[in-house]
Amino acid sequence: MALEVNGKSYEVDEEGYLANLNEWNPEVAAALAASDDAELTESHWEVINFLREYYEEYQIAPAVRVLTKAIGKRLGKDKGNSKYLYELFPYGPAKQACKYAGLPKPTGCV
Amino acid sequence: MSVTKKFVYINRKAPYGTVYALESLEVVLIGAAFEQEVQLVFVDDGVYQLTKGQSTEGVGMKNFSKTYAALGDYDVNQIYVDEQSLKERGLSMDDLQALTYEDEDDDWAEKSSMQLVNREQLAALIGDADVLLNF
Amino acid sequence: MSTLHTVNKSPFERNSLDTCLSLAGNGSTVLLIEDGVAGALKNTTATQSISDAMGKGVKFAVLGEDLSARGLPADRIIDGISVVDYTGFVQLAADHDNVQSWL
Repeated sequence: MALEVNGKSYEVDEEGYLANLNEWNPEVAAALAASDDAELTESHWEVINFLREYYEEYQIAPAVRVLTKAIGKRLGKDKGNSKYLYELFPYGPAKQACKYAGLPKPTGCV
Repeated sequence: MSVTKKFVYINRKAPYGTVYALESLEVVLIGAAFEQEVQLVFVDDGVYQLTKGQSTEGVGMKNFSKTYAALGDYDVNQIYVDEQSLKERGLSMDDLQALTYEDEDDDWAEKSSMQLVNREQLAALIGDADVLLNF
Repeated sequence: MSTLHTVNKSPFERNSLDTCLSLAGNGSTVLLIEDGVAGALKNTTATQSISDAMGKGVKFAVLGEDLSARGLPADRIIDGISVVDYTGFVQLAADHDNVQSWL
């Protein structure tokens, strides 16, 4: 499967995750979101950027529990809870945000 | 099920040559979701998993040594390294990554997750486990 | 006849290196690769047998890429073991009459 962005083709798997994380760019993120009928706001970007930094440092996408705790520490308590994150990413914060961030599906994602 | 069990993971293989080390790490990360007490033991060639400065570009494999540093985030902070295994391999604790965690009960103070153990301590650790997992 | 012996198992886990060293003679080269590179480090329980083999005229090499992957510093390997890259591996194979892989 492939995703077309600005005339360029990006390979994605059957669930829409980007095959090669090095190909990621913000336009690809927006296109991945658009294919779920979602629009990315500043609040979404905070989480997406956090995930990309986390992956760069640890080579894994964090589990939801870990993501929630870390977001709370980084962006404040009002954002470090599952209610806030599920409102932003209704399909599940780890799963959906990782997809837009171009990361593989989190290990142990349930 | 609210009973907490003690899970001890015994890691005895070097990374990259076989898939055991990576498989173990993935099981530990997945298992962390169940909020049990988790202890990781690195013994025999398992100590090579924790060496610092791993660089895998030349062998074309993913450098998963960086992931061990995330274990603290997963509340996996009891990591035991066998002293004798290091010695037999010409290594010391200085050759290993310094893995840490932030202690929630102590104002998020950063503390070491690593402990050097002798065979007697290791035997006690294994004897005390509810579940033993070998990789 | 000269033989290149490759050893890809850790000397602390398998006896591949021991058996290899008992059979490798003058003029042969032992190349440590994959998990076998662990044997190249100084001050290990394998160091003595490697020194003994050097004394018999066996040459030693280790694959640098595999050392780096495992975080083992090239400046702490046993004196007399040369670090080679993949091209050096191919060259060694070409320079010997045959290759014995101790799997």
